[in-house]
Amino acid sequence: MTGITKERKAMAKQWRNTDKSYGMAVISVHWVMALAVIAMYPLGLYIVDLTYYDPEYKVVPHWHKSIGILFGLLLAFRFGWKLFNKHPAAPANHSQAIRLLTKLGHAALYLLMLAVVISGYLISTADGRAIDVFNWFAIPATPALIENQEDVAGVIHYWSATALIVMAGLHALAALKHHFIDRDETLKRIVGIQQENS
Amino acid sequence: MKNAFIKGLALTGMLATAPAFAADYVVDAKGAHASINFRIQHLGYSWLTGRFNTFEGDFSYDQSNPDASKISLTVDTTSLDSNHAERDKHLRSPDFLNVGKHPTAKFESTGFRANGDGSAKLSGNLTLNGVTKPVDIAVKKIGEGKDPWGGYRAGFEGTTQFKLKDFGINYNLGPASETVYLDLHVEGVRK
Repeated sequence: MTGITKERKAMAKQWRNTDKSYGMAVISVHWVMALAVIAMYPLGLYIVDLTYYDPEYKVVPHWHKSIGILFGLLLAFRFGWKLFNKHPAAPANHSQAIRLLTKLGHAALYLLMLAVVISGYLISTADGRAIDVFNWFAIPATPALIENQEDVAGVIHYWSATALIVMAGLHALAALKHHFIDRDETLKRIVGIQQENS
Repeated sequence: MKNAFIKGLALTGMLATAPAFAADYVVDAKGAHASINFRIQHLGYSWLTGRFNTFEGDFSYDQSNPDASKISLTVDTTSLDSNHAERDKHLRSPDFLNVGKHPTAKFESTGFRANGDGSAKLSGNLTLNGVTKPVDIAVKKIGEGKDPWGGYRAGFEGTTQFKLKDFGINYNLGPASETVYLDLHVEGVRK
């Protein structure tokens, strides 16, 4: 009886965040989304350059939209997870200024991801058409909010995606700076390397 | 002052001999009794149709002197609607109509030649995508007369066609889709 309880706790400890480190749930979602951000930006630029007779003219936009919707669902999961999980405390060596900068940087990343997902959704659903996700399920459209919604949303989609890729680059540079210059555990925590008793 | 005088004269003239004088009409865009539609072949297998939802215009028409007819139409190109948001976005982009740079298209008539059977050739200059070219529209009168609400209306249909590349649109849609057709339905309310 006690054995089972202990085992459960050990599992939960791995999935959920702790005071010092991120749990496996956040770690995997973080890296899947990182990969998606990196892949989707060039894919999006490629789509608007496709010509009518490209064999990819239909399939690449379908992938882009499908991945985008799944990305949005992961983002929603992440916001939900944030509500019900504690956030690991900042590494002790981080100054107040670094802590504030980190908070602002993360907030910008979340806001930009949200803006990219929503604007992308609003392009494809401006005419009331649903978005097919890999012919697996469909996300229905909401009634159009504004006139020529697809154009306005298209501009927002482009600029928020561009800002997102820039912010993600800064985010990566900051992590590398913590790892190689400050030599702290910032990067290790999101890779899932646990430090014993630290 | 002089204009007002001439206008006054013209109005008096119109009142005196109302049916015989050329009448000025405003295109009934407000009541949506007019539409500007386009169609283009899709791969050579079918027609893709679309329209412009926002436009305005005036025309003059007198059945006793049809050759004096005139029309002027201004189309808001951002109002393009092919019932597919992603396609509309593409058609408004610089690949096609470049509506950011050229938000209006215009047709200004230069001549009207009645064929005597209710049909006519309407000539004029079409400005689209910033390019102005002469275009002939085959016009057919549908009818004219009093409406039930105290007004007087006249309506026409017209068709024309031109190559996309004549108006600087060079996106390759394939050999069957180089020509676009315009189908116009215009009803005017007499001013």
